[in-house]
Amino acid sequence: MNSDKITKAVLFSVSILILMLAAGMVYSLVGGAVPAFKAFGWQFIFSGEWNPTEGREEYGALPFIVGTLMTSFAALLLCLPLSFSTSLFLGEYFRGTRVARILGILVDLLAGIPSIVYGLWGFYVLRPALIELGFGGRGFGIFTASLILAIMIIPYATSLSNEIISMVPNDLKEAAYSLGATRLEVIATVTIPNARSGIVAGYILAFGRALGETMAVTMLVGNTNVVPSSFFDTGNTMASVIANQFGEADGLKLSSLIAIGLLLFLITGIINAVGKLIIKKMN
Amino acid sequence: MESIQALKNQDHSSGRLLKDKLVLIGVVILSLVTISPIMLIIFKLVMEGYRQISLDFLIQNTPDTFEAMTAVANGEKIPGGIANGIVGTLVMVVLAAVIAIPVGVLTGIYLYENQGKMMANLTRNVSDILQGVPSIVLGLISYLWVVKHVTSGYSALAGSVSLAIMMLPMIVRSTEETLKMIPQTLKEAALALGVPYHKVILRVLVPTGFSGLLTGILLGISRILGETAPLLLTALGSSRINLDISEPTSAIPLLIWEFYNDPNMIDLIWSSSLLLMAIVLILNIVSKQLAGKRN
Amino acid sequence: MTNTIAEVKKPILSINDLSIAYDKNYAVKNVSVEIKKNTVTAIMGPSGCGKSTLLRALNRMHELYENISTEGEVLLNDSNIYDMSPIKLRRHMGMVFQRPNPFPTMSIYDNVIAGYKLNGIRTKKKERDEIVERSLRDVALWDEVKDSLYKKGTFLSGGQQQRLCIARALAFSPEVILMDEPTSALDPIATSKVEDLLVKLKENYTIVLVTHNMSQAARISDYSLFMYLGELVEYGKTKNMFTNPIDPRTEEYLTGKFG
Repeated sequence: MNSDKITKAVLFSVSILILMLAAGMVYSLVGGAVPAFKAFGWQFIFSGEWNPTEGREEYGALPFIVGTLMTSFAALLLCLPLSFSTSLFLGEYFRGTRVARILGILVDLLAGIPSIVYGLWGFYVLRPALIELGFGGRGFGIFTASLILAIMIIPYATSLSNEIISMVPNDLKEAAYSLGATRLEVIATVTIPNARSGIVAGYILAFGRALGETMAVTMLVGNTNVVPSSFFDTGNTMASVIANQFGEADGLKLSSLIAIGLLLFLITGIINAVGKLIIKKMN
Repeated sequence: MESIQALKNQDHSSGRLLKDKLVLIGVVILSLVTISPIMLIIFKLVMEGYRQISLDFLIQNTPDTFEAMTAVANGEKIPGGIANGIVGTLVMVVLAAVIAIPVGVLTGIYLYENQGKMMANLTRNVSDILQGVPSIVLGLISYLWVVKHVTSGYSALAGSVSLAIMMLPMIVRSTEETLKMIPQTLKEAALALGVPYHKVILRVLVPTGFSGLLTGILLGISRILGETAPLLLTALGSSRINLDISEPTSAIPLLIWEFYNDPNMIDLIWSSSLLLMAIVLILNIVSKQLAGKRN
Repeated sequence: MTNTIAEVKKPILSINDLSIAYDKNYAVKNVSVEIKKNTVTAIMGPSGCGKSTLLRALNRMHELYENISTEGEVLLNDSNIYDMSPIKLRRHMGMVFQRPNPFPTMSIYDNVIAGYKLNGIRTKKKERDEIVERSLRDVALWDEVKDSLYKKGTFLSGGQQQRLCIARALAFSPEVILMDEPTSALDPIATSKVEDLLVKLKENYTIVLVTHNMSQAARISDYSLFMYLGELVEYGKTKNMFTNPIDPRTEEYLTGKFG
């Protein structure tokens, strides 16, 4: 009786620890970001200025917010046809076959490759290839970073939609076949509509992944601290500006980087919460 | 009735079948495109990296840039290795696991035991959100907590804390999912024998779900092994082997980043990446294998 | 009297020496049988005897699985179904499944008309309305759902859902309706409604029914097939088979020795 109470208390307090951890993270990020917001106010979010010159210091997060959203959106678009085809391959066309198993393992391995290795490959293989194709700016930029990001988020986008697609009940598909539908028509009218919210949730979560990727993007995006003018321009993202500028940062600059970290934390938190909410609704 | 027969005999099937075929071909081609990067990446790593892999590579510290430059100028192999990185990675990953595993497993058990209760739902949601936090932000957090207030400087401990926070939600989730798959009757049978609650957990639930828990832990470790961004902000790096967790420490991915930024070290980039990839992939495959056996 | 007329009628389906194997394991072995128009034919037998495979072979649904080989022929009104395109064949052979499976993303109306939509058949609104109403009337569901045609089919009760699925199959006015244990997921009241419906439907359609439930076969079928280990053991008028089975295995099954 007594020992049971102790066990319950231990379990309870450990889970309280998780909540405190999360609360502590928010507290520390907000605390660290206060000087930046005090100095620049809300303008911090909307200003495109990034000037570390002593005495005339001015920091704004806009170039990085825009850069992050552009790389992630472009990555999502580029990843869509690939990962969607792969989920159909795995969850519908070749479900349960040996080919699908091997393909599934390979796609999973994509998630295992460290970000920095993607960055190296992008830098030494992809970038020269893009220059060959006539890209300016020595191959750096939003587009190059998005291309690598697209590959990186494929496993996240694929695994959920593949799972949901293969869960669409067989008897529904058979009902459509028995009416004379072709496989494509079954997919379009039965499989996809029934798996819709799961597929959407998968892509939202993959998008959340893309927002926070650091190393590979840092190595390819070009690291220019101005709002990019197009997808083929160079730029910088929230995660990569923190990684790049952190080493030499103190005072107001450090606070500004922490403030960018806080914004990134909030944006990814919201995106992930939306994704999870859709999944929860589905069940 | 006649009208239906007429309607039924409308035939669009040749066009429909063609479309059906074309889409199938498209799906197969795009799926092959999807997996081509992994082949290309592994190919590149092996081709460029195998030459530098040797015993020295595993047991020597990194050379300084001048040594490397001289060697490259003389057309020799770059001397030295990445022992400081290997040891640093090992220290930080083990420490992170020691922090994250007990907390994560206990939280997972708490969630499993309190299905549907408000507090458990809150904890689960918070843990899910933690899982989505970008690793660079975890680096910032550990900087603010450990570097500034605990070790008063960059340290292996700070690196471990950021990696532990990253690993924690994965362990929570895999623990809960594993326990959910254990038949309820097993737990009831133990409780019916008058076994105290903590023994049911330690002697029945954890051993039964052991391979599942191990899978989650190995996958978590394979994720944090290759992390670079949070370590830039916490462990910083070191050119020597360092076992003092309150001091700056190197790690394999940190070394790759340093080599990338130093044109003299270029040859070491690929061999270090090859080693890192090999470890990550082996862990991945072993954990998948374990998971496969369970089902 | 009616029986004599039925007997001289030409068969609508002739199954000739049909064998089906999955990976070289025969699920159906050399089955030959003739299904007569406007009858209910029940296929019975213990689990794994091949009755579902036989049923699915009639609209080529068995081909959805890998490593299937089919020998023999099935003639629908004298033409071999294995020479037709499966897509067209399936418009002539409606199918109803074990569990009610209305498309959950479609309304009741859209579920009934689903065959037309899926096949890209162009219809006028008036034609569609007629088809939906007639099909729903045929399954005695019209009065129950006419005010909620645009609600999702999944809100109906299990029995209503199954009648909706029958209506979906009827919308094409198929020659034959194949039913795979259509009442096994239904409660007794819903079951008896569906059974009454089948007896009524045979005036216009031919029904082939797989059933586990012997009393159901006795109640509603005109002809019965008894299958065992992939082989057709006995085929005849249901009345005769139940009162006077020829093969000892049939007798054992009917008296509950196995299955």
